[in-house]
Amino acid sequence: MTAPEKAAAPTGRTPDDAAASRVAVLLRARELGIVLALGALVAVTAAINPRFLSAQSVRDLALGAAILVVLAVGQTVVVITRNIDLSVGSVLGLSAFATGSLLQAAPGTPVVVALLVGTLVGGLCGLVNGALVRFGNVPALVVTLGTLYVYRGVCFFWAGGQQINADELPPAFLAFGTATVLGVPWLLLIALAVVLVAGYALRNYRSGRELYAMGSHPQAAVLAGVPVGRRLLAAFAVSGALAGLAGVLFAARFGTVDAASGTGDELDVVAAVVVGGVAVFGGSGTVYGAAIGALLLTTIGSALPVLAIDQFWQGAIVGALILAAIGTDRAVAARVAARLRRREAHHG
Amino acid sequence: MAERTAEGRPPVRRRLAGWDRAVIALLVLFLVVAALTVDGFGTGRNLSFLVLDLAPILLIALPMTLVVITGEIDLSVASTLGLSSAAMGAMWQGGLPIETIIPLCLLLGLVLGAVNGLFVTVFGLPSLAVTIGTLALYRGLALVVLGDAAVAQFPSAYTDLVTGRTLGLPNLLLPLLVLAVAFAVVLHATPLGRSLFTMGAGVDAARFAGIRVARTKFWLYVLTGGISALAGVLWTLRYASARADNGAGLELAVVAAVLLGGVSIFGGRGTLWGVAAGATLLAALQNALRLADVSTEALTVVTGLLLIASVIAPNAAGAIRPALARRRSGPTPPAADPPPADPPPAGSTPPTTSASVAPSPSSARPS
Amino acid sequence: MSTEQAPRLAVRAVTKSFGAVAAVREVSLDLHAGEVHALVGENGAGKSTVVKMLAGVHRPDSGTIELDGRALTLDGPAAAIAAGIAVIYQEPTLFPDLTVAENVVMGRQPRRSLRRVDRPAMNALAAGFFTRLGVAIDPDRPARGLSIADQQIVEIAKALSLDARVIVMDEPTAALSPVEVERLFAVARALRDGGAALLFISHRFEEITALCQRVTVLRDGALVSSDPIEDLTVDEMVRRMVGRPLSTLFPKRDVPAGDVLLAVRDLGRRGVFSEVSFEVRAGEIVALAGLVGAGRSEVVRAVFGVDPRDTGVVRVGGRELRAGDPRAAMAAGVALVPEDRRQQGLVLEASVARNATTTRWRSLARFGLLLGGAERRAAREWTARLQTKYADLDDPVSRLSGGNQQKVVLAKWLSTAPRVLIVDEPTRGIDVATKAEVHRLMSDLAAEGVAVLMVSSELPEVLGMADRVLVMREGRLVAEIPRERADEESVMRAATGQGAAA
Repeated sequence: MTAPEKAAAPTGRTPDDAAASRVAVLLRARELGIVLALGALVAVTAAINPRFLSAQSVRDLALGAAILVVLAVGQTVVVITRNIDLSVGSVLGLSAFATGSLLQAAPGTPVVVALLVGTLVGGLCGLVNGALVRFGNVPALVVTLGTLYVYRGVCFFWAGGQQINADELPPAFLAFGTATVLGVPWLLLIALAVVLVAGYALRNYRSGRELYAMGSHPQAAVLAGVPVGRRLLAAFAVSGALAGLAGVLFAARFGTVDAASGTGDELDVVAAVVVGGVAVFGGSGTVYGAAIGALLLTTIGSALPVLAIDQFWQGAIVGALILAAIGTDRAVAARVAARLRRREAHHG
Repeated sequence: MAERTAEGRPPVRRRLAGWDRAVIALLVLFLVVAALTVDGFGTGRNLSFLVLDLAPILLIALPMTLVVITGEIDLSVASTLGLSSAAMGAMWQGGLPIETIIPLCLLLGLVLGAVNGLFVTVFGLPSLAVTIGTLALYRGLALVVLGDAAVAQFPSAYTDLVTGRTLGLPNLLLPLLVLAVAFAVVLHATPLGRSLFTMGAGVDAARFAGIRVARTKFWLYVLTGGISALAGVLWTLRYASARADNGAGLELAVVAAVLLGGVSIFGGRGTLWGVAAGATLLAALQNALRLADVSTEALTVVTGLLLIASVIAPNAAGAIRPALARRRSGPTPPAADPPPADPPPAGSTPPTTSASVAPSPSSARPS
Repeated sequence: MSTEQAPRLAVRAVTKSFGAVAAVREVSLDLHAGEVHALVGENGAGKSTVVKMLAGVHRPDSGTIELDGRALTLDGPAAAIAAGIAVIYQEPTLFPDLTVAENVVMGRQPRRSLRRVDRPAMNALAAGFFTRLGVAIDPDRPARGLSIADQQIVEIAKALSLDARVIVMDEPTAALSPVEVERLFAVARALRDGGAALLFISHRFEEITALCQRVTVLRDGALVSSDPIEDLTVDEMVRRMVGRPLSTLFPKRDVPAGDVLLAVRDLGRRGVFSEVSFEVRAGEIVALAGLVGAGRSEVVRAVFGVDPRDTGVVRVGGRELRAGDPRAAMAAGVALVPEDRRQQGLVLEASVARNATTTRWRSLARFGLLLGGAERRAAREWTARLQTKYADLDDPVSRLSGGNQQKVVLAKWLSTAPRVLIVDEPTRGIDVATKAEVHRLMSDLAAEGVAVLMVSSELPEVLGMADRVLVMREGRLVAEIPRERADEESVMRAATGQGAAA
């Protein structure tokens, strides 16, 4: 609010409230919008080629989406605090390579341990990001752009050009990449669990609400006694840990890991989050929206060949989708603001 | 987003004036050390390579500096470069003469920049999100135009012009220098340059002073697009290869060069010579490491560390200086805060403990 | 009043320095339960620093703060909140994306099993506070879009939810209309009667005398006096604040009005204001009065072109102005000194020289080049003319006091030699001495034939300065009152649309 929004105090506040509840409806409609878009895409694609909905095809899609969903959840946690984590692609690569090396050296390692190690590696990277942002007092965009380079470089040094192939990884781990429980792939279950836990925590715990508060008005959060420093560290640690987890999932799914794994993923993740309705400047949006955004982006990728559209169009479509998403959000917000203003002017 | 950014603008950190000077000193030091210790670094032939490496980064960093100083950002530059290169390849394949192709590519760049400008200034969308969108869009269109093919066999008269030397100096050196000086003059010694700083530091104050914020930003995006396309043409001619993935990821290097040069990501602060030094430092590092046969991965790490240092060092110095002063002067501890002005309303004078900072390329609402 | 008892909150000889500047020196202050205590002083006197120490934002370099006789260490806002000290700032600090109820109880949400936030209980809690405050705000609506007055109410509900025993109000009335101020005072009195200790900061003496029992005066960071309100006249308060007696506050001279310089016909902007028509002549000072939110600032912004307009014509000296183009307005000789000095008037981090010359860079440039020298010469000339106090032209303007900042804004606009000067709340938040200087300046400009249009919420200023008073209500111009017939009652009656003045 550049100039304080002024209005003569309306004592009977009904028009206000009506407009406000409409805001709530529109907000809910935001996630609904992506769901509809996703539904339409699936419907059209399936109509053209029913095999798009075959079990195999759906499972491939789910496996592909799982990794992006996990990354998008972590990114959402950071973005709602009015920060950004561009290093997730590099963290994924580092974690994937670390896990791969561990399994190569100790093939007997249980999958759970591998998952924990990857998550831990990522969490440490995230903590470094958070510490730099908090104690260096510098913008997250710059810090994580820097660590994007650093983590990737470390990964390259470590790998030294070598690649870990599927035949060097324990079969149990590779099986985990495709194994299912009651027909549902493990990867998807893990992604779902991450979404539900994060979504529930953000909505129902004080610390979750405080993350929104920090993004909505950083100075007010400090004045309200929110421990912003700790929350910031935690948000980055979560984002890093989830990128680390995604790294293990990546290794399990593809079976081949080199130093370049996950390169450029940061842009896909930010795209998923933005398409999912998380405000770039913090304070609003949900992990559910971000997860559906990630699912939508992945689905577009698999739908194109089915629709006989050149695969080369994918990037362009994703770009157009991002622009459409932020454009729609803006238009809706502007209309709501105009309506509030008009009502206050008339009834105030 | 104009509302949000103005209200929640993060604390303006008092960067110590002089980070740009530190970068220049670092650059000179590095050049001297590299010339003395790295075989072949100081040769004319190597200078040529250095300039060729530097050209795309520096070229795009020039308008990017202006964009970042107004508080915006453009992440689509490398994709514009790629699309310009792809279009060049497609048109060359289609049999158009190169004399027609190059102006068309530049025009394309201007149009792509105008699209960014339109979204940011007319629709008032946050530039970070918009240009992430066009980053994907333009790169995607480049793939649509050229697929994964590579087009080669550009006329050697043109490729030689880009890679050649005259009187021992690389052909690109002089034009680059002239452009850099022109940008420096515009930014630091004209009313336009002053208004760029003003809109970056306080967009409302700029509008109330009659500065045409939206219009200026729009044309800055157009300029950035045009120069990115020019970089695409040069890139294509240098490698004599038009590909859709040319320059992929270069946007990060450009942003890194701009920030390394001491430009504040929040806008309102920075110098062009700092950026020129930052870009040259990155290119020289890359060049020297290659000559010294150090893996290019080292460059990645060094780039990242330099970038982090460029934002942390001024803050750390700001925190350490008063601490030293306190130790020297005894009991009265001076704080790093500026003295209070006016009754500081809580919203605009952030408390010292604020840690949350935003990637805050603010955007102007069209007036 | 129970001043004999031990104080609820005692500030004991606190000192706080920023760099070499001592903002507060050895200030002591006693707040008693059941009492509203006024803290007055010019800007830069140290009021805000005292508030920030109580809020835990700044820590005193020396001295102590005691609550009920026990020393407090306020090492952060959380500590102050835990101690039961609530601070209500001039500009509300709400989270626009969160619901009103969450804003009220952020960090202290009621919880149910597994430490989860209990939303129904939270909403009921907030609704309870609003009922106590006699307002109907839906606790479940987002805070975005609340009027300033309602935001202030939410801030008070926050203080209630803390069960605060000490409530600090830092200029809470600056943006409120008289009706809203009265409502706020009713709440403050209820809190006081409930046993809370209140510290109230305001620049408006009539509010202080209406609400407070005790008044402490600060000057230059030091304590001047602390007395029961009955023992102190307003004149004496002012004298202690500025350290010297003041000459007349409103030196409006009678100037024969000349040609019409500014003519506004049928100006309208959907949902904001409509059918606004008026004229301002050379040598006239015309005031635009009305309640906050009546649309006055919006009208002058549309006249100047910073805001768009949907209908109407603006003529300056007979020539029509292009809509939405401040530069065209400037070229025609219009200047607008905006309402919000810190956001709209100045770039706080930029130097005094840059700020003072922002409007003139084009004319100062030689062959398109603008070098520091010309800029600094022009800035030095105009800041000297307005007797602006600063250490160095290259200092960021944020280092200046509020009054001197306003002079820089004035320098920036007066240096364009305007024919029509629009000033929006020209003296808001600046000290008494500078106020008088600004008034004299406006009067002089009118005498030189400038047409002056002034938006002001301070009735004494409106009545003292204006040749004519235009009154707006709910986006419409409802009255035009000539100087002879303008008094508090006539203006307030028109502004509120009711029979009685506030």
